[in-house]
Amino acid sequence: MKDQYDIIVIGAGPGGSIAAKTAAEKGLSVLMIEKRQEIGDPVRCAEGVSKVWLRKHIEPDHRWICADVKGSRIFSPDGSMIEMAEEIAGGEVGYVLERKLFDRALACESAKAGADIMVKTRATGLIIEDGFVKGVKLMHLGEEKQIRSKVVIGADGIESKVGRWAGIDTSLKPRDIETCAQFLMSGTAIDQNYCYFYLGNEIAPSGYIWVFPKGQGLANVGIGILGSKSGKKHAIDYLKEFVGKKYPDAKILEIDVGGVPVSGSIERTIANGLMLVGDAARQSDPITGGGIINAMEAGKMAGEVAFEAISKNDVSTATLGLYEKKWRHKIGMDIDNSLIVKDIFVDFSDKEIDSLAHSLEDVNFSSMSLLDLLYALFKANKKLLWDLRVLFKNVVKYELDFER
Amino acid sequence: MAIKVNKFKCGYCGACVSVCPPGALELVETWIEADDNCTSCGMCAKICPVGAIEVSR
Ligand SMILES: Cc1cc2nc3c(=O)[nH]c(=O)nc-3n(C[C@H](O)[C@H](O)[C@H](O)COP(=O)(O)OP(=O)(O)OC[C@H]3O[C@@H](n4cnc5c(N)ncnc54)[C@H](O)[C@@H]3O)c2cc1C
Ligand code: SF4
Ligand code: SF4
Repeated sequence: MKDQYDIIVIGAGPGGSIAAKTAAEKGLSVLMIEKRQEIGDPVRCAEGVSKVWLRKHIEPDHRWICADVKGSRIFSPDGSMIEMAEEIAGGEVGYVLERKLFDRALACESAKAGADIMVKTRATGLIIEDGFVKGVKLMHLGEEKQIRSKVVIGADGIESKVGRWAGIDTSLKPRDIETCAQFLMSGTAIDQNYCYFYLGNEIAPSGYIWVFPKGQGLANVGIGILGSKSGKKHAIDYLKEFVGKKYPDAKILEIDVGGVPVSGSIERTIANGLMLVGDAARQSDPITGGGIINAMEAGKMAGEVAFEAISKNDVSTATLGLYEKKWRHKIGMDIDNSLIVKDIFVDFSDKEIDSLAHSLEDVNFSSMSLLDLLYALFKANKKLLWDLRVLFKNVVKYELDFER
Repeated sequence: MAIKVNKFKCGYCGACVSVCPPGALELVETWIEADDNCTSCGMCAKICPVGAIEVSR
């Protein structure tokens, strides 16, 4: 292991691995460190991902794809169902992955591109000199070490400390986090062609329960509730209640827990010599909680900008600002739109959710564009139209853009 | 130390680390450590998905 690299990436999740791969492919010397002894384990994910977006980063491989889904079925509190075909539910469904193998495959790609990787190696701080991040302090098998670099990319997930070390406040308020628990279950007998979502304040306050097929009769049954609604009862308590009623005979093969940032984009994701990507930059989607694709998108942009900055010999925020500009343009707008929807959704009563579901029940979604969906919703619910007026403006702009 | 993590319940997910206002928590590898900056605000205990944290004031 060298003691000087062009780039050090902290965290070997999807964001970190794509950043490391992108930078290594451009010929930079890259070190990626991961504190876990096993990349991708334990899983903190429901493992749903959009096919179209995934293909932009890696060729789908049957070794880490568990299920290929056709659509989503969403249940409102009174049991009304809305069915969405894949094309428009598209955002977060498509494939259900095996994250343990997927994350390892991505790390492997970065290794093949030339990046060095150290596991069981935890960043404990940053080397900061003259207002610039100049490397990483780390702990490897109990030994402390310092490794210098021109640029550090913080891809250290929900528990990120890298931003804080550089003076960026990434702490989340309880209202900014979905707290989640999930069982991998055998014996739910679900139709493996669909992802299922259950809404309602009784079963999942300001959140939802998901059931994603994992192939071979298995399913990820999980829940996310808003942090501000957690306390007396925790996510796992709600999940146990749901599972006890719905799948009393199914068996639990694995327990996963975790948090998803739903804060929307934060003010700053760069410092001199530093960029944050993925969950560390709070780039996950505030309404779906999906963060795999955004982390990979951001990782790619950060890798590219790091190359540009190092080539120009200027790693100050003046150059790294390009990363900030790029990601806000490419994924930031969707994140902000989702935040508007989330802020309204979390205060919905069960009655309001039911009435929305009723207004959509007879609609055939597979033939509709997002715009049609919004029209149908707004026709049925004038108050929602008013609450979401900003979003509506944005979506119209976006759709027009899209057709150009 | 003002918080106690039940390591038998904890799923080492790092959610508590993200909400701690003074940054007093650290997910080391498979366990949580707290330092002296903890103010006993209780935020970590509130959001822990499995209720593994107890705060004493
Ligand atoms: C229950 C749950 C369900 C979810 N479901 C979905 C879903 O269906 N679809 C979807 O798209 N997204 C989902 N997400 C979100 C998704 O898992 C994350 O957005 C995604 O993993 C973010 O990728 P990342 O690379 O930014 O971070 P991570 O994948 O979290 O990777 C960060 C890595 O950094 C390492 N690390 C942290 N600190 C250090 C340090 N100091 N030194 C060294 N290494 C460090 C960690 O060990 C970890 O391996 C879900 C999240 C949860 C909790
Ligand atoms: S939030 Fe709870 S389960 Fe997750 S690391 Fe903290 S104490 Fe452990
Ligand atoms: S009680 Fe508050 S300050 Fe103490 S560790 Fe928990 S979140 Fe941090």
